[in-house]
Amino acid sequence: MKLHNISFNNLRRRKAKMAFLTVGLTVGIATIVTLVTLTNSMSGDIERKMDEFGANILITPQQKGLAMNYGGISLGGVTFDQKEILEADLSRISTIKNRGNISAVAPKVLGGVSVAGRQVLLVGVQFDKELKLKQWWKLFGEAPRTADELLLGSEAARVLNLMTGDSLEIEGERFKVSGVLEQTGSQDDSLLFAQLKVAQRLLHKEGRLNLVEVAALCSGCPIGDMVLQIAEKLPDAKVSAIQQVVEGRLKALDQFRRFSWAMAGVVVFIGSLIVFVTMMGSVNERTTEIGVFRAIGFRRSHIMRIILLEAAVVGLLAGLLGYGVGMGGARLALPFMAEGKQVALVWDGLVAFGSLGLSLGLALVASLYPALHASNLDPTEALRAL
Amino acid sequence: MSLIEVRDLAKHYRLGDETVEALRGVDLTIEAGEFITIMGQSGSGKSTLLSVLGGLNHPSRGSVQMAGVDLYALAGEKLADFRSTKLGFVFQSFNLIPYLTALENVMLPLAISPMKGKEKRAAAGDALARVGLAAKGDRLPNALSGGEQERVAIARAIVNRPEILFADEPTGNLDSTTSLEMMGLFRCLNDAGQTVVMVTHNPENCEFSDRTIRLKDGLVLGAA
Repeated sequence: MKLHNISFNNLRRRKAKMAFLTVGLTVGIATIVTLVTLTNSMSGDIERKMDEFGANILITPQQKGLAMNYGGISLGGVTFDQKEILEADLSRISTIKNRGNISAVAPKVLGGVSVAGRQVLLVGVQFDKELKLKQWWKLFGEAPRTADELLLGSEAARVLNLMTGDSLEIEGERFKVSGVLEQTGSQDDSLLFAQLKVAQRLLHKEGRLNLVEVAALCSGCPIGDMVLQIAEKLPDAKVSAIQQVVEGRLKALDQFRRFSWAMAGVVVFIGSLIVFVTMMGSVNERTTEIGVFRAIGFRRSHIMRIILLEAAVVGLLAGLLGYGVGMGGARLALPFMAEGKQVALVWDGLVAFGSLGLSLGLALVASLYPALHASNLDPTEALRAL
Repeated sequence: MSLIEVRDLAKHYRLGDETVEALRGVDLTIEAGEFITIMGQSGSGKSTLLSVLGGLNHPSRGSVQMAGVDLYALAGEKLADFRSTKLGFVFQSFNLIPYLTALENVMLPLAISPMKGKEKRAAAGDALARVGLAAKGDRLPNALSGGEQERVAIARAIVNRPEILFADEPTGNLDSTTSLEMMGLFRCLNDAGQTVVMVTHNPENCEFSDRTIRLKDGLVLGAA
């Protein structure tokens, strides 16, 4: 017989009350686990999408004019003193401080060409880098491997009535269509893609570029710093970050995170109240019992240990159950909360141990006053011996 | 030196605006090995006297010397330690812990002792055997009769071999036959050397004791 035997036996005896307490605490912990896991999973999903989005830093020639386009509709513009990006300058990008965060640098040259009497926009790219950047591209056929092969956007292929394996002539040179892009819904659908060197030759822009896309989107990348670092290296170019979409989503997620923490706070408060009221009720019911303990020589600290041990057992059990139920809840809720159906549930050890610790701490802190109250009971009053 | 020496013991309570004088200057001496009964009408202060003697209730005035120790001069939790090693209590309604078996109830005072588990179990089994309940150690209190519960309560009170056994109306909830059995048991324990101090309102119980102290309005009337 030790003090813990008294605690365990009491828990066994008061099954209904302890079950209520455990369920109350479990619901609280489960709610917190669900909210935190949902937030973590959605953060992970957004980070993954950020990586998939491709470029998030755009390098364009510096110009002293105002672009006159809106919503993809160009109305022309007043542009003068435009400087071009030199291909030779690209190597400077790999010397910036945060070069480790750069996953791809995709240079492009653009220009109009005539194909079968129609004006089409030709884009010269380095296909290995372009495909790394645009992982959502789906090709009918293959990406060009040789200088005489082209890749067509879906709309361009339709208008020009071309398909994989067909040939076409540009500026007197014969090219073979090695592949056609599946419809992307973007401006890529209307373009002709050629090897960078070939396009530069056809457009008479050898060694020059119109656009460079840099993929540096990843979790925790200091995009703002990287923009400044690249701008320093390429003073004649305009370097800007494409962050609006990502930032918008991150902002929404941040709001959800704040909401989650607020909910967690309310749940912790209600959970504490449940534990406090139940433990206080339990102490009041056990007044005589505590009086007997005190009369036979138990110290105040012994009484506290009995009460707090009971709280700790309930807290640990509720923590374990709460984590399991919470993860189950998160698994069920995640498909409805996240945009993608392939969002992975994040199993975080910190959440597991955190929920156990929180539950244990909550149970102990909320039981502290009832335990103190019990330990301070006058044995004579407790025994009603007067 | 006497086992218990009580000098000028007084205990006052506040009851609303009134002050109730439960004990008004009690002087008392109890020798080791005595069987004392304390008699008195309801409200005479006998239960208050027992609780003060038992180290459960601080007096308003006076002193209680027990085995050479000034009981209420003990600091902090020393008084609790004193109770756990020197005193045993039997309560009127037995006050057994309902979720512990008879054996576990008897072991309860040993829960805070440094004894090993086997030793505790042996001591509790021995105490149960002394009250004639060795075969029912695994039963919960609600599976025992009133007399058996009383025996378990007595076994719990003597398991740590206290110097003094206090009993507060231990036969108050028992029928007359069982009461006689219990008083016989207290007598046997006393014959074996156990000092017993018992509060009772039943004059028949006094026949089992060596001496009866009568209380009236918080004062000792005399000894029989």
